[in-house]
Amino acid sequence: MKNFFQRLKNHSKLAFFSFWFLVIFYIVSFLADILAPYHFDYQFRDKPYHPPTKIHFFDTQGNFHIRPFVYNTVVDDPVFRSYREDTSKIYPIKFFVDGPERKILFFFKTKKYLFGVDKPAGIFLFGTDTYGRDIFSRLLYGGRISLSISIAGVIISFTLGMITGGIAGYFGGIIDQILMRLVEILMVFPSFYLMLSLRAMFPLNLSSIQVYLLIVLILSLIGWAGLARIIRGMVLSIKEEDYVLAAKSLGLSHWRILIFHILPNTFSYTITALTISVPGYIIGEAALSLLGLGIQEPYPSWGNILSSTIGNLRVLGDAPWLLLAGFFIFVVLINFNLLGDALRNVLDPKNW
Amino acid sequence: MKKLILKRLLHLIPMLIGMSFVSFIIIQSSPGDYFAQMKMNPEISPETIQQMRTSFGLDKPVIVQYFYWLKNLVRFDFGVSFAYHIPVRTLIKFRLKNTLCLAIFSLFLSWLIAIPLAVLAGYKENSFTDRFLSMLAYISISLPSFFVALLFVYFISKTAVLPLGGTRSIFDINAGTFVIFADYMKHLLVPGIVLCFVNTGWIFRLMRNNFVETFNNPYILAAWARGLPARSVIFKHTLRNAMNPMFTILGMEIGTILNGAALTEIICGWPGMGSLILEAVLSHDLYLVMGSLVISSFLLIIGNLIGDILIAFFDPRIRIT
Repeated sequence: MKNFFQRLKNHSKLAFFSFWFLVIFYIVSFLADILAPYHFDYQFRDKPYHPPTKIHFFDTQGNFHIRPFVYNTVVDDPVFRSYREDTSKIYPIKFFVDGPERKILFFFKTKKYLFGVDKPAGIFLFGTDTYGRDIFSRLLYGGRISLSISIAGVIISFTLGMITGGIAGYFGGIIDQILMRLVEILMVFPSFYLMLSLRAMFPLNLSSIQVYLLIVLILSLIGWAGLARIIRGMVLSIKEEDYVLAAKSLGLSHWRILIFHILPNTFSYTITALTISVPGYIIGEAALSLLGLGIQEPYPSWGNILSSTIGNLRVLGDAPWLLLAGFFIFVVLINFNLLGDALRNVLDPKNW
Repeated sequence: MKKLILKRLLHLIPMLIGMSFVSFIIIQSSPGDYFAQMKMNPEISPETIQQMRTSFGLDKPVIVQYFYWLKNLVRFDFGVSFAYHIPVRTLIKFRLKNTLCLAIFSLFLSWLIAIPLAVLAGYKENSFTDRFLSMLAYISISLPSFFVALLFVYFISKTAVLPLGGTRSIFDINAGTFVIFADYMKHLLVPGIVLCFVNTGWIFRLMRNNFVETFNNPYILAAWARGLPARSVIFKHTLRNAMNPMFTILGMEIGTILNGAALTEIICGWPGMGSLILEAVLSHDLYLVMGSLVISSFLLIIGNLIGDILIAFFDPRIRIT
């Protein structure tokens, strides 16, 4: 493992950085309960479409404050949703503030958050949405949903792909024929259309947990076919190797040979493919939620934060900071792509 | 060549049957019934519904229904849309034209941009130009189409340089064909550029890698050694060989472009297949969902077929085997 990191670092500094960036990103979104200043559905009813809060070091008299502070804002013009800072009182940003109890990952209770300001002022690093909910907090919580869906989807579809590809390649014959025809048929559908059609098989109003599972299911159903075909090809060539013959002559069962002797040899390809395919799952989830067919309000996801801007030029014009969700997706995607490309070179036995 | 095309065409048949069967299963397992909404309508008597049921074969077992449905499918009859009350075929015909225009336009544009740049980057491998262009390609690949579309829509809503949504803004019946065409193209620009933006990165990367791979072949060294001019080595000896795998990509790309186009269409308000299937899913218009799914997969199959034929046309090695 250490060897692997060293090789990755030697191969590309950028990819090494991407790897740690993604690790940190995942940790941050899983710790959203501590890091987010507000709960994802906490609404500031009087502050819809609030622009990102300005953080000050100097007050109106020009005095320097070592602790940054914000001003409370009041609505200047309710029609154009413009806000004016009320400079009469300063609200310093406090760290490790107390607030209503939240559960970290549904288990550990916490009452302390990383930062916050006293009410009635609010700290909105990335502004607020229609209901006056803090976008920064929603992005963190949404990251938890979007990123975990992609990981769950990838794991399920890769397990499925490896099992079917392995069986088809190893046993061959009629099983191979049937499985591969199935894969071919699944690959005939453009994934977006298949995704929507599969979504149409279920009622539109499902509970959040049902929708979550449904998205994982749909995404992995679409994703496994391509992988199965490639794994099959690899298994076909690996099963001719001498060590497989050796394992057979030792009297090992077919399943044992397949799982412990053949499939592990496809891992160097699989890990690369896994990294490269995560973006597809993130986009898939975002697309479904964006169109209102995925994660439903009040739960946030990166797609769902963007959804209020679709077909609504006024919202888009008034609150361009909603697009930051798209930027988050882009940043995660580019890091996955960079890492995947480097992994392809590092894990390729030709380059050892 | 003829034999190859014939073989490919024969290969299509099981695929089409499988595709139609999977589509049929999806529609069968969806909740709701073709006549569920008609039953709500007091103006339609239960006898009429029963009669229609029989004529659609809906009182038969599922497998027989499939053949009824398949028979209609061959005649491109997908039934009637619940929401629009007109045949699905009419709806799709109109939308398909727009989607195809969008796909071809953006495909053309992105190849036009990507191929020359890829040749440039591949020729100067590992130079600053190459690295810079590759970085741009990375960004293009990692940008989700919906995000680019939203950024474009935001930009255009602020500047209003191009029309947004729909296919035309001139409704004068006396307008000449050219004026209408120009208007159509103007509306096509926004979704077209968005799609091209997302697509160019892929094409560039594939083409650059192909070019570099071909360029390092011994026969290129031989071409240099014979004293051929750079123009001839690059375009005649390298580019022509490096282009071959791209024709397979062209076929495969129909699929990616259909997926990308769907979201772009929805966000930019371009009335194509993508927005059609979304509307259909949202209003639970099952026959319309089905029709869109079948037609889009049909396009994908045709795309792959065209890719196969093109590569056989340009690469004699394939033709022989």
